Amino acid sequence: MKVLVAVKRVVDYNVKVRVKADGTGVDIANVKMSMNPFDEIAVEEAVRLKEAGKVSEVVAVSLGVKQCEETLRTALAMGADRAIHVETDAELQPLAVAKLLKAVAEKEQPQLMILGKQAIDDDANQTGQMVAALLGWGQGTFASKVDLAAETVDVTREVDGGLETVKLRLPAVVTTDLRLNEPRYVKLPNIMAAKKKPLDKLTVEALGVDVTPRLKTLKVAEPAKRSAGIKVANAAELVAKLKNEAKVL
Amino acid sequence: MAILVIAEHDNQSLKAGTLNTVTAAGKVGGEVHLLVAGHNCGAVADAAKAVAGVAKVLVADSAQYAHGLAENLAALVVDLAKNYSHVLSPAGTSGKNFLPRVAALLDVAQISDIVAVESADTFVRPVYAGNVLATVQSVDSIKVITVRTTAFEAAALGGSANVDSIGAAAEAQLSSFISQELTKSDRPELGAAKVIVSGGRALGSEEQFKAIIEPLADKLGAAVGASRAAVDAGYAPNDYQVGQTGKVVAPQLYVAVGISGAIQHLAGMKDSKVIVAINKDEEAPIFQVADYGIVGDLFTVVPELIQALGNN
Repeated sequence: MKVLVAVKRVVDYNVKVRVKADGTGVDIANVKMSMNPFDEIAVEEAVRLKEAGKVSEVVAVSLGVKQCEETLRTALAMGADRAIHVETDAELQPLAVAKLLKAVAEKEQPQLMILGKQAIDDDANQTGQMVAALLGWGQGTFASKVDLAAETVDVTREVDGGLETVKLRLPAVVTTDLRLNEPRYVKLPNIMAAKKKPLDKLTVEALGVDVTPRLKTLKVAEPAKRSAGIKVANAAELVAKLKNEAKVL
Repeated sequence: MAILVIAEHDNQSLKAGTLNTVTAAGKVGGEVHLLVAGHNCGAVADAAKAVAGVAKVLVADSAQYAHGLAENLAALVVDLAKNYSHVLSPAGTSGKNFLPRVAALLDVAQISDIVAVESADTFVRPVYAGNVLATVQSVDSIKVITVRTTAFEAAALGGSANVDSIGAAAEAQLSSFISQELTKSDRPELGAAKVIVSGGRALGSEEQFKAIIEPLADKLGAAVGASRAAVDAGYAPNDYQVGQTGKVVAPQLYVAVGISGAIQHLAGMKDSKVIVAINKDEEAPIFQVADYGIVGDLFTVVPELIQALGNN
C-alpha cells in the first residue's frame, strides 16, 4: 500500500512574526522556516505504518518555492522513500493546494493520504478536507489514532466533546492532530542518506491546475495589544481586586 | 440572497455557538435560514425556530446525519448552497470538518474562523496564531465561512421561524460512525463559559490536576481548561485544550494556573476580559497578558484562593 504525505514549509513555530510597515503582509524575509509541525506528525505516522509492515511506500509531496526541497529532505530523512516537489512561486491558497494534491494523487494512486490538520501560518484547517472532497474519498480529520487495515482505516478523532471513531473505506484522507504521535529526532546519517533519495519535480502547468487565488488580502494588522497588569501579593488581595476593581465575581 | 447557517447540535440541544454564528450572518445582511441536519432532532428544531433573526428553519432528519459525518453532511449542504449567497457554520470541530468539503465541491474558497464582517464579501480573520489579523475579500459567488463564535454576541431567543422539512441527500457511503468517548462533566461548556480555570504542566500529574484545579473551578462555577503541555502529559483530556489549534475561549474571567504562556496558548485565551495568572516563575510570559498575577507556588496559592473566595 502506498501513502502520500503532504508537507508545507512554514515560519518556524518559535518565531513571532511581524507585520510589514505598509500592512501588505507579514515579513518572512530572514526568519527561520521549518516543516509545519502537524505535517511532521503526518510523516511520522506514515513512516510508522511502513515500519509496521502495513505500508510499502511513503511518498512526500510539497508545493511551493524552491526551498520546499529542504522540507522534503527532512521528510526523506524521517523515513519517506521519495519526494515530489511541485515548484512554483505563485501564492497557493488551500483550494489550489487541494487541486494540485488531487492531480498528484491521480498520478500516484495512493490508498491513503496523510496531511497535517492545519498549517500554523494561515491557520486555515481546510486542505485535507478539500482534497478528500475533490477525490470523492472519505476523511478522518484531527486524528489521534489511526488503525489501518487492508480495505478500511479506523480513525479516532479529537472532537469538541472528547473522542470519536469513524471507519473509512480506502482510499481515504487522514489529517493529524497533536496527540497522534511524537515525531522522531532526525539523526545525521539519515540526513546524509536522504540526500540520495529521489526528489522529482513537477509544475503547476504540467498538472493543469488553475491556482488563481480566490481570496484577496486587503491588509494585515497586528491585533490590539493587551498590556500587562499588576502583581498582587496574595489570594485575599486578588479576590478583593476581582470583586471591587474588575467586578467579575 | 439569503444566508444559510448550519446549526451545531447533538440531536438533543442546540450548541451555544450557533447563536453567535446567527449574529455574524445578520451582520452580512440578508434573510437567515438555519439548517438542522440530524436524526430524531425535533428538540433541536424547536430550539432553532426560537432564535431571533432566523427567518426559516430547514430540518433534514435522517439516520445518515445522526453523527454529523462530514461526507454525508457536505453532500446535503452542497445541494442547498446553490440557493444562498453565504454559508456559515461555527468554527467548532464539526464545522471545521465538513465545511471545507462543501467549499471544495462548490469550487469556492473557505474563509476560516472570521472575527469580523466588514461587508458582504470582506472579512477579518486571525492568522499566525492570532498574532496577525488579515482582512480578506472573496471573489467567489458563494461565500463559505466558519465563524469564531467568541468574536460575536449570541443571538437572542424569542423568535418564531417557520420550520420546513427537507429530504436527505444520497448517502455518500464513504464513512461510518463506530463509537465516541465524550468527556462527562457537569461544568459549563468550555466555549461558552463565563469563567474558566485552566491548568498547565506545573500541576505535575493527573491526580494533582484534579485535586487543585477542580475545587477552584467548582468554587467559581467555572469550566476547566488546560494547556497543550498538560494535555500531552495526560493530566487532562484532549477536549480541555485551549490554544491555537485547540479551543478558542473569551470568558469574563480566565484563571491560568501553572501555565507559562506559550504564544500558541495565548492565541486561545487572550481575548478574555480579565486574566489571572498564578505561576512561580516571575518571568513567565503569561504575566505579560495577565491583569492580575500572583507569583507563587500554585500548590499553596490555589488552596488559599479557594479559602479567600469562601469568605466572600
